[in-house]
Amino acid sequence: MVEGDHTFGSVSDKIGDLALKKKTPFHWFIGFGIAFMVAQLLLFTVVTLLARGIGIWGNNQPVGWAFDIINFVWWIGIGHAGTLISAILLLLNQKWRTSINRFAEAMTLFAVACAAMFPLLHTGRPWLAAYWLFPYPNTMGIWPQFRSPLIWDVFAVSTYATISLLFWYVGLIPDLATLRDRAKNKYFKLVYGLLAWGWRGSARHWHRYEIAYLLLAGISTPLVLSVHSIVSFDFSVSQVPGWHATIFPPYFVAGAIFAGFAMVLILCIPLRVWYNMKDFITDTHLIYMGKVMLATGLIVVYGYAMEAFFGWYSASEYEVFMIKNRIWEGPYWWSYWLLILCNGMSIQLLWFKRFRESPFWLFMISIVVSIGMWLERFVIIVTSLNRDFLPSSWAMYSPTMFDWSMFIGTIGFFFTLIYLFVRFLPIISIFEVRTLLPSAQVHGHQQDFEENVLEAENTYEKTDPPKS
Amino acid sequence: MANIDKNLYGLMAEFDTPTQLVDAARSVREAGYTKTDAFSPFPLHEIDEALGIKRSILPLLVFFGGVTGLLLGLGLQAFVHYIDYPLNVGGRPYLSWPSFVPAAYELTILLAGFTAVFGMLFLNGLPRPYHPVFNVPRFSLASREKFFLLIETDDKEFEYDKTRNFMASLGPQEVFDVDE
Repeated sequence: MVEGDHTFGSVSDKIGDLALKKKTPFHWFIGFGIAFMVAQLLLFTVVTLLARGIGIWGNNQPVGWAFDIINFVWWIGIGHAGTLISAILLLLNQKWRTSINRFAEAMTLFAVACAAMFPLLHTGRPWLAAYWLFPYPNTMGIWPQFRSPLIWDVFAVSTYATISLLFWYVGLIPDLATLRDRAKNKYFKLVYGLLAWGWRGSARHWHRYEIAYLLLAGISTPLVLSVHSIVSFDFSVSQVPGWHATIFPPYFVAGAIFAGFAMVLILCIPLRVWYNMKDFITDTHLIYMGKVMLATGLIVVYGYAMEAFFGWYSASEYEVFMIKNRIWEGPYWWSYWLLILCNGMSIQLLWFKRFRESPFWLFMISIVVSIGMWLERFVIIVTSLNRDFLPSSWAMYSPTMFDWSMFIGTIGFFFTLIYLFVRFLPIISIFEVRTLLPSAQVHGHQQDFEENVLEAENTYEKTDPPKS
Repeated sequence: MANIDKNLYGLMAEFDTPTQLVDAARSVREAGYTKTDAFSPFPLHEIDEALGIKRSILPLLVFFGGVTGLLLGLGLQAFVHYIDYPLNVGGRPYLSWPSFVPAAYELTILLAGFTAVFGMLFLNGLPRPYHPVFNVPRFSLASREKFFLLIETDDKEFEYDKTRNFMASLGPQEVFDVDE
């Protein structure tokens, strides 16, 4: 999983120096500058929104939810790959997660931050919305409605953001100690020192640390599955044709992992070239991620097939109409076929080695998949709402300039945070990469009996069987 | 006695490889030292057994953290919808527990997670920005590539000359005095 000749020291230098070296590469300033300028669109939209109200957005009856929830679900979904990589792959003992988990977790945090802005700002005046979002004893004597999926969403997303932050930070503590001990600039030394909380690598500390990390992974796994299930409840608990389907929770979770791995690939393919990290983020990593994308993508395509099947099998006039409206009769038929092209067709290339093993093609497919997953939410939300039960209330939906500026603004905000993260924190978990080096193995009598047996079995499998 | 130097915290030996550290830790334990610690740039499972580190109580704390979250979540929702402000929603029962599951589930995970992280830091005695081991200049390599073994002066077996000679016999790069 680590290529090239590396020692504990060279690993620490190579990854740590990205944060510590004096000279910031010029391309960082260009990238950060562009991202930061795009993020100003978000500031502009939020100021306008707070001043003029949510009427500046294009959503109106019958399409009461549009870009705000499309983008919310899109961003939350992207975040899920980070938790999958850091928690589920840790529990499954997949060593290849080690060099990508740190920035995948950072991606999760930043994506959740972008996601949370949409529903919060859709309340219009978020500071007044607190009493129906969180249960606190207020002067009006009323409480949130716990029977509503929207309140489940508040609990799920806020727990997800908090646990993701803790998981990420706990993973960073030993690496921050490495940076503290290596920093030459006294201000950097002070800040990293404060953040590392006096970590000194004691064996007793490592013992509890590993237990805590494993337990966090254990509770993050059901958490990440529950979060997107609950996000899908926002739709499936309602009675709207096109939303009210039992396939939604697993289909949403698979879609989230699909979109998230696409985003991890979009981030790590340029990153490993610009920062010369090919020793740690190897081609094997990219191939594995491509395979995960193919597998989850196929589950998503199965979800599309089942949606159409449910519509027909329900024998409900409204369900059948919704499917017709979505796929060929409605005004948004093109978005459905574009979605199938982006999510269904493009990933079929991943069956072939030629595409799966080429970073260029993986990058292109990932971008197409990200667009496709955005379209998926557009299709689910807009085509289910625009022609509802009463033909007199049918209407078209089109986003306004402010819908677009807020969406593009959050993309800028996301990349601004990613650039800051890449500059100031270790993008790869240094201490976990050290454990992957051959020299990290303890030789001799210390190993448990079982480990020795396993090792012997593995060696036997790897060598050629004796010729008879 | 040679350890009249009251400002001495302990003796520390530096090793190059994890195997040397684990072997040395085993010898130190067999020699009867108990106030010992090892420092490494990454977790070493073998060291737990070599130094005789007991399994942490943390998983139990996390379990109770989770149970607290669950009870808190269920209690809160029962209080809100059954006791304090019963509200008839579509003729459903006031104590409609299935709809209380998601929020209680999330609170279970939230409190278990808080307990795991802050419990770990609390049991480790962190944050602690100052510690005597940082007085050894080469200790900054403990977060990078070197392995260190410490015997504290508080140990009842500790005698400066004897312990120093013993540590030197374990094949370290160097043995350091750790000032308080």
